[in-house]
Amino acid sequence: MLAEIGHFALVVALVVAAVQGVFPLAGAAQRSSALMAIARPAALLQFAFLALSFACLVALFLANDFTVAYVAGNSNSMLPWYYRVSAVWGGHEGSLLLWGLTLGGWSAAVALTGRTLPRTVVSRVLGVMGLVSVGFLSFTLFTSSPFARNLPFFPVDGNDLNPLLQDFGLIVHPPMLYMGYVGFSVAFAFAIAGLLEGRLDSAWARWSRPWTTVAWAFLTVGISLGSWWAYYELGWGGWWFWDPVENASLMPWLAGTALMHSLAVTEKRGVFRAWTVLLAILAFGLSLLGTFLVRSGVLTSVHAFASDPTRGMFVLGLLTVLVGGALAIFAWRAQSLKAEGSYALVSRETLLLGNNILLMVILAMVFLGTLFPLITEAFDAGRISVGPPYFNALFAPLAMALMALLAFGAHARWKGHPAASLLREQAAPAAVGAGAGIVLGALLLTADHLVAIAAVAIAGAVAGTHIVDLVRKVRSARAGVVAGFARLSRSYKGMWLAHMGIVVTAIGIALVSGAEHARNVRMAVGDSVELGDFRYQLTGLEAVKGPNYDGTRAHVAIYRGDRLIDTLHPEKRRYVVQRNVMTEAGIEAGPWRDHYVSLGEALGGDAWSLRVQQKPFMRWVWGGSLLMAFGGLWAILDRRYRLAGRTLKAGVAGEGRA
Amino acid sequence: MKRVLVFALPLLAFLALAVLFLSRIGENSDALPTALAGKPLPAFSLPSLDGGTVTQADLKGPLLLNVWGTWCPSCYDEHPYLLELARQGVVIVGLNYKDEVPAARDFLVRLGSPYRQVIVDAEGTLGLDLGVYGAPETFVIDAQGRVLHRVTGVVTPENFAAEIAPLLKPAAEGSAP
Repeated sequence: MLAEIGHFALVVALVVAAVQGVFPLAGAAQRSSALMAIARPAALLQFAFLALSFACLVALFLANDFTVAYVAGNSNSMLPWYYRVSAVWGGHEGSLLLWGLTLGGWSAAVALTGRTLPRTVVSRVLGVMGLVSVGFLSFTLFTSSPFARNLPFFPVDGNDLNPLLQDFGLIVHPPMLYMGYVGFSVAFAFAIAGLLEGRLDSAWARWSRPWTTVAWAFLTVGISLGSWWAYYELGWGGWWFWDPVENASLMPWLAGTALMHSLAVTEKRGVFRAWTVLLAILAFGLSLLGTFLVRSGVLTSVHAFASDPTRGMFVLGLLTVLVGGALAIFAWRAQSLKAEGSYALVSRETLLLGNNILLMVILAMVFLGTLFPLITEAFDAGRISVGPPYFNALFAPLAMALMALLAFGAHARWKGHPAASLLREQAAPAAVGAGAGIVLGALLLTADHLVAIAAVAIAGAVAGTHIVDLVRKVRSARAGVVAGFARLSRSYKGMWLAHMGIVVTAIGIALVSGAEHARNVRMAVGDSVELGDFRYQLTGLEAVKGPNYDGTRAHVAIYRGDRLIDTLHPEKRRYVVQRNVMTEAGIEAGPWRDHYVSLGEALGGDAWSLRVQQKPFMRWVWGGSLLMAFGGLWAILDRRYRLAGRTLKAGVAGEGRA
Repeated sequence: MKRVLVFALPLLAFLALAVLFLSRIGENSDALPTALAGKPLPAFSLPSLDGGTVTQADLKGPLLLNVWGTWCPSCYDEHPYLLELARQGVVIVGLNYKDEVPAARDFLVRLGSPYRQVIVDAEGTLGLDLGVYGAPETFVIDAQGRVLHRVTGVVTPENFAAEIAPLLKPAAEGSAP
């Protein structure tokens, strides 16, 4: 019964989404208040039905209802309850429903906060989001319903959740990622609404900015969670693989990062407007592309959901309608946009343009690398994949150029900032920071890692100019340090924190890439191996039995000199139902280094092959991205976003009569 | 006019990309040509699940050689359709690949067997000779015991109709005296 209720609620949500997509847009075009009034209640109603539908699916998983094909395929009665809940989004159908629910949630959030926006704007935004929702909910209902029954021959027990996904990281990673992906739909909807409305001014940018930043912050957290999960769960200590699906999440992030900066220029100075709109379309388009690549089977990846050409066709159709339609509106309406302000050759505007160009180059690099097999195949050259060497070789210099720009650009003035004075102000702090970075890099890295040392130096320069700028701003208030700090706007503090997050992540990436150590050894109980200043001793092996797996656990003691630091317990597990073998690494995490031990193969007797690794500054990679996300959230608490709606509504009413 | 073109550029670029995707989408990215196409099956002698011994001489088609294992989730997805094909009279021989005999027996007892016989390839030696990438994979074998085609991944009504059925039919007619 629950499955039928869930299915029915999804059908109702689709109908409501269609209403939300059609009438408010028509109403905005005809200036009909009655039609526009439908937008907000429809969005809330759609969300309510999606929530009901999703709750039904969760309940089916909790109740182990294996008559439902999706539950039987992705769960098992031996699975603990929390993994049964996360199994809801462990497969294609359920994760699609989560996508839809998230989209409904963002629509509802716009509906709830949109009271202060001009009516035509909120109607158009919700209308566009309704149309996106129609696409996704039809995709779910017509090709991938999670509620289909397996009758009359249903399995006694389920096929179990993929053991890789039986993990805390995977409980939270997809929802975070989807909040980001889908969140860009709001920026997209604002862009289309702005084009239709014919107003892409500062006010428009101010409405879009907080939504873009929140979505970006979620995406940042989602990507880092994915990286952290891959690190501890895949068992060989890698944390970024340039896998097509990782790239699919990185591309919207790059576009979103560019969009945030471009929106800043559009808000403050009224320029780059067509470009900003294009970035908004691009960010959401790339989110959709990610969905398409994962589900169409066009690219193969370790993450790929069951690939199916029918589903691929549907997503491609959806992509074409949404992005193609948006770009057609762009081609039609964006010509009439004219820049309002002017700016000098060296100014915050041009430096932010530099940021955007570099981000687009990185994006193009990732895009080409990811789609390269498709392109070569289309030209009959066979499927050729470019691997991590391509990405690493190009990413490092581009990212370093971007950071060098950041060291100077973040403190340039709007309109114009003479190059000489910009250099004079920033050179000393940048040099001191870079010097500190070189010292740190030289202490930890050998001379054959010059690129990594350079990266740490540039990160140091960014930190230097940012710290000096903060101190300068606090002191210029002449009201004491605390009061001076309090007077800074939240958007400045947020930006500052996010930029320092970049510094932390960059230092982490450079040091862990350049200074990690790894050894593969054969060890019997009692044997030990030395790596750097540390000694690792295999002190014991035991058999373990979990709720749905059997396995072997090793005990590995870490010594520094004669002092015992910690004991790790890596495991090799055999999952009973899916018959997968999984490696659970033993990790001792610290701010300066991680110790990472994983069990390889049993070599007979008491002997096993072990992989022992030291990963310096590993935590900095993810810690920095948390700072970035936190900075973004801090920035949107800025007062002017709360004031924006009220003051501008008055302004728009005035304009309308003029 | 120039300005119009500039603003239409993103649309044109996107449409080009969409055409690229469209041209790729029907292509199964797992489509891997088999080096054995047109050649006879490699020689082997392996136990069968019900006791006897099977060699390449026993595999005169037209038949399907289906590589499966109880450890393979997609094999569970594929199984109901294989049962249906067997009911329609398609001869299917199973190659139980890198699996355990009791588990394989249990699987077939519980879910039904679409197979005329099942070759036990616990070490994966025949799989290696056939160039198996993983399970499930299905080879189409003709009346002379030659490999005609390989399907990687799940056999579906779509790829059966498109890739397998046309190969089975002429072979069946050819073998009729």
